[in-house]
Amino acid sequence: MAELNIRERQAGDVTILDMEGRITIGEGSVALRSAIRRLLEEGKKKILLNLAGVGYIDSSGIGELVSSYTAINKDGGQLKLLSLTQKLQDLLTITKLLTVFDAYDTEAEALSEFK
Amino acid sequence: MAFLTCGQLACYTNVLVRKFSSSHRNSPARKAAPFVTEQTTRLVLPSHIEAVADAAAAVTGFIRNCGAPDDAAFGIEMAVREAVTNAMVHGNHEDEAKSVEVVFNCHGNELEVEVRDEGGGFDPTVVPDPTDASNLLKTSGRGIFLMRTFMDDVQYVPRPEGGTAVRMTKKF
Repeated sequence: MAELNIRERQAGDVTILDMEGRITIGEGSVALRSAIRRLLEEGKKKILLNLAGVGYIDSSGIGELVSSYTAINKDGGQLKLLSLTQKLQDLLTITKLLTVFDAYDTEAEALSEFK
Repeated sequence: MAFLTCGQLACYTNVLVRKFSSSHRNSPARKAAPFVTEQTTRLVLPSHIEAVADAAAAVTGFIRNCGAPDDAAFGIEMAVREAVTNAMVHGNHEDEAKSVEVVFNCHGNELEVEVRDEGGGFDPTVVPDPTDASNLLKTSGRGIFLMRTFMDDVQYVPRPEGGTAVRMTKKF
């Protein structure tokens, strides 16, 4: 089984990636990077990462989230995060990245904040 | 006791040393499961990233045997992952001819972890604070910060034979 499974769905012009597994150095981080790169190549620039199924993330995974955020912003898009687990929320708080990312508890709330 | 273990992609030598308390020998409650007073596991991993998961799995099992509570496991696994990743990537530059050695030891309610690389040495004082506003959008540089967050003490020690050892302790 892959370290990180990513399922894609569309809600209007927002692409939602439902992620399940671990975002850690190696396979998990590469899978996230590839997914974001592909979406940008397809012109999909409003991206919501549903992290409800992500039970573990390391510094490489955190770096990949930051890299995704900067790549999407640079391309004129928006990245938002959905359904952080308590551990992931704690990690983003400790690293002060909750001041960078827009994170939401519900999908409806997140979708309404895309411009 | 020494044995060879293979993870998903890497094999490592695992040396397990357990010391048992003789004072509990006659205790009926301890007859089935002798009281472990000290336990050591040593892993020797090749320097490729896939082996980080083997170190993480090993420490998770190890601290369970040491009686660490579940809420400590997440942070300890994180610290070990980061230390081993740094040793492989920044220490050994993913040179598979070089190994990373990991030693776990617990006695009482304290865990000690030492991660040794064969790199050219490392000065942790030159690593910038990743929580500084000017560094927040950097894609790397958070590993040592996370190790220090989740462990009680983190020390970097140059090894006489070359390379660096990072020693971490955690009471639970």
